[in-house]
Amino acid sequence: MAAKAKTYDLEFLKKLYFELCYYRRFEERVLQAYTAQKFAGFCHVHIGQEALCVGVQRALKDTDYMISAYRSHTQAIAKGIPGNEVFAELFGRYTGCAKGNGGSMHMFSKDRRFLGGHGIVGGQVPLAAGVGFAINYEKKDEIIVCYMGDAATNQGQFHEALNMAATWSLPCLFIVENNRYGMGTDIKRTTSVDHLWKRALAYDMDHGEVDGMNVLTTMETVTEIVAKIRKTKRPYFLDAICYRYKGHSVSDPGLYRTKEEMAEWLGRDPILQLGEYIKKQKLMNDAELKAVDTEAKAKARADEEWADEQPIPPEDAVWRYVYAD
Amino acid sequence: MAKIIVMPKLSDTMEEGAVANWLKKEGESIDEGQDLVEIETDKATMAFASNAEGVVLKILLEPKKTAALGTPLCVIGAKGEKYNLEELLSKLQAAPGAKGPAPKPAATSSTSAPASSPTPQSAESKSASTNGGRVKASPLAKKMAADKGLDLTTVQGSGPAGRIVAKDIETANAGGRSQSMGTTNSSFAVAADRVIPLSMMRKTIAKRLLQGKNEAPHFYLTVSADMTRMNDWRTRLNKDAESSKDKSVVKVSVNDLVTMAVAKALAKHPSVNASWQQDSIIEFGGVHVCMAVALPTGLVTPVIRHTNLLSIRDIAAKAKELAGKAKDGKLTNEDYLGGTFTISNLGMFGIEEFTAIINPPQAAILAVGGTMVTPVVNASGDIVAKPIMKMTLSCDHRVIDGAMGAQFLKTLVEHIEEPMTML
Amino acid sequence: MSILTYREALGRAMSEEMTRDPKVFLMGEEVAQYNGAYKVSKGMLDKFGPSRVIDSPISEGGFAGLGVGAAMAGLRPIIEMMTWNFGIQAFDQIINHAAKMLYMSAGQFPIPMVFRGPNGAAHMLSAQHSQTVEGMLTQVPGLKVVTSANPSDGYGLLKTSIRDNNPVIFLESEMMYAMKGEVDDAEFLIPLGQGRLMREGQHVTLIAWAKMVQRAMDVAAVFAEQGIECEVIDPRSLRPLDEEMIFNSIRKTHRCVIIEEAYQAASVGSWIVELVQRVCFDELDAPVMRVSNEFVPMPYAENLEHRVLPEVERIIPVVKQVLYMD
Repeated sequence: MAAKAKTYDLEFLKKLYFELCYYRRFEERVLQAYTAQKFAGFCHVHIGQEALCVGVQRALKDTDYMISAYRSHTQAIAKGIPGNEVFAELFGRYTGCAKGNGGSMHMFSKDRRFLGGHGIVGGQVPLAAGVGFAINYEKKDEIIVCYMGDAATNQGQFHEALNMAATWSLPCLFIVENNRYGMGTDIKRTTSVDHLWKRALAYDMDHGEVDGMNVLTTMETVTEIVAKIRKTKRPYFLDAICYRYKGHSVSDPGLYRTKEEMAEWLGRDPILQLGEYIKKQKLMNDAELKAVDTEAKAKARADEEWADEQPIPPEDAVWRYVYAD
Repeated sequence: MAKIIVMPKLSDTMEEGAVANWLKKEGESIDEGQDLVEIETDKATMAFASNAEGVVLKILLEPKKTAALGTPLCVIGAKGEKYNLEELLSKLQAAPGAKGPAPKPAATSSTSAPASSPTPQSAESKSASTNGGRVKASPLAKKMAADKGLDLTTVQGSGPAGRIVAKDIETANAGGRSQSMGTTNSSFAVAADRVIPLSMMRKTIAKRLLQGKNEAPHFYLTVSADMTRMNDWRTRLNKDAESSKDKSVVKVSVNDLVTMAVAKALAKHPSVNASWQQDSIIEFGGVHVCMAVALPTGLVTPVIRHTNLLSIRDIAAKAKELAGKAKDGKLTNEDYLGGTFTISNLGMFGIEEFTAIINPPQAAILAVGGTMVTPVVNASGDIVAKPIMKMTLSCDHRVIDGAMGAQFLKTLVEHIEEPMTML
Repeated sequence: MSILTYREALGRAMSEEMTRDPKVFLMGEEVAQYNGAYKVSKGMLDKFGPSRVIDSPISEGGFAGLGVGAAMAGLRPIIEMMTWNFGIQAFDQIINHAAKMLYMSAGQFPIPMVFRGPNGAAHMLSAQHSQTVEGMLTQVPGLKVVTSANPSDGYGLLKTSIRDNNPVIFLESEMMYAMKGEVDDAEFLIPLGQGRLMREGQHVTLIAWAKMVQRAMDVAAVFAEQGIECEVIDPRSLRPLDEEMIFNSIRKTHRCVIIEEAYQAASVGSWIVELVQRVCFDELDAPVMRVSNEFVPMPYAENLEHRVLPEVERIIPVVKQVLYMD
């Protein structure tokens, strides 16, 4: 466990552990529901990447903004959208967080300042720059976290946005969820740099790398970065190393990865790592950890069961929200 | 050898006609010269004799459908003969020197149709606007026609490929009620508008009068004539007729007398007995006066030939005959052809005076009012009551100048006021 | 009433709206220190300062997206495209993000912003600088598309567009920036979706917008000499479209020619034809005809450019055709 010598109390660690388990169990239920044909469309899950989402959220205030790409169920929940509303959205129900207009790729909450999952690779990055611009324009103390996949760093709009954020000192934290594959293509085959944080060099942007599989490390690192952004008003580019256990989307069998590689990353599993840490600190035993996991499973099941009962949108909803009044 | 019989031109002004009645059915045999079909022209319904003999193999135009001249009517050939209709039709199109107007585009299209596609429907082509039985009309024209109860197959289209467009409907409807009087939102209980489909005759009247009024620059000359002597003469003539044992001696009307006076005057003023011919003016050799006869269905103008050479009894007899034939719908082509001047008389309806529209290709028309007992200042300065008749001459200024018209009227008034001058 | 150029009228509209609402800002290439590539934003930097009149890098997709993000966070951006030909670079942001945000967030994130700039051919700018975009963007639900053909309309419509809570595509023209016209000194707004009757007539309806309005007026003048009265309609905003004005005119004239600087397929004109034939079918006395760009990239040579655009000599025969004058 690479966490720093800082100590955390049992309640805090238990909460983190619960969140990791909850997001894992949530996404597992999502996959099961999908394969059971309870919903359709694209479905990208976060299994294996939970630590980043949990760690980043711990560094933020409620007034901070977050925007992400199409793999964002658990980030939306972490930002405060209730899991049952996310599940209902996946099922295309009217009580979903986007009333069934968004679906898996487009979770939104204005109240929680979650500005959406977005479906065009790299398209959300200029949007984040715009939110940063607005924060400065209104002279606020907020920041915006912009998640993106590793392959988004090859999009033109990504570079345009980073240039503007750096030029105009916009309070943006760009986080690459670097799971090393753009769909099925190893990032090495498509990218000129060996480390993605080097992308920031072109824009003289503050940058760094973090072990995104370790929730404590992530939390501590990002907390420092966020404090720095608030203080300097300069953007930051964070290369967060992580791994998705599942395919790019449900339909992806993941044949481009070896069993050995998978086994290695499974050894660094975020839940496993935090569990080991807690046991080492003698704060909880296996049975107690398992009880937390059971609780997480129950919550995920309750989310889905709630979503099952929700109404589909009325037909006339198709005409709503095309134009604002 | 099978042969196609086409819509014949049965009057000088005929451009289209309709089958009134087939006198032979499919399968019946027919001799050359035997009546085949009754055709409704713009003026009359007349029998048309076959110019082929054999058996009526196929009838191509059903009754009551209007079709342009040259439109195929039927096929006549040997009994049981096999024939290729399409081939016959295309031969027909290609025939040089075909009489009547060139085939309209819609009809032409049948010749360019793929050989494999049978075209019996195009053979039924009724007007330029129809093809394969479908009337081509703009949506607006269709709506207008429906509103007015007008059968589109009776309308000639002026648009591309014979498309019937709004103005064709307006023209076809000329003389009918105006559009603004159509549907009413009035809360009064009123009788529903009656929609009267246009007859061939009404269409012809509309077309001819529109042509007459539009093309000929009209001017008008009005005179009064003292009818005292004319009335005296008429009284004598009719007394004679009553006492005559010869039933062929007919009574004479004012109109007959006026007709005679006009004919005599025309003979003296050939410039009024004339016609505009675009590149020349014709002064007609003969004087053939047309009389306008009002019918419930419209107006006809049969002609009294060589009017100036006839006696008053002959004129009266001819006028009576023509009026009778007109009322019975039995006027023949011959009865219409060759008029050089027209008289329209509304005197019997109490009309004092009016102006008339020239009947093309003539150059003038005389509108005759009723004889009214009128106070007149005589030569000695006394006011006396006289039977006065007013007449208005409408002239085509391209042919007749004011002085020419005035001179003609002067002669006419002389003839009327002193009938002896006619002799 | 003052005589303003079209560019001055647009500048006045933006300045008034920025004075009225501090959340409005202007961003684009050369809009600040250079006073605008076409001087529409002349003087605005001095008036509002660099935090509200911002020179962008040449990154159309980037700063269009920045505008969308700023709108999500509550601002009301005006994003100037130096020309809409460059704006095509920003279509991902306009179509996938700005237009869709309100809907996919179920009403949570309106995008109150204006994308504006010159559209279509100017003069001898050739293939890459002569594209019109209204056809493409009118296809996109969530966007409003606005044109104008004179300084007064430009002023009133731009102000309304800035106050609109939706992404508005505001299309201008290089050829019109110097056009002069009367603009009321008192502030006024023109609602979107309200066409303008440019000339009354009863024989044929000419529908045109933006630069083509003048072409239609020129054609109407030619026909007026022959006693034929063309009704000229400028719909102004294409989305929303003043359909009733179009229908009512055609119910009167029964004939319609659409003049548009665009290619024939899937254009605004083709959409209007569809509406007209569906709603006014029984009113038509002739097919609705269109005069459009010839289907070639814009050539450079002056005579060829003239040949491609819908010019008066190409419009007249088409109008005659629907009048059955041939």
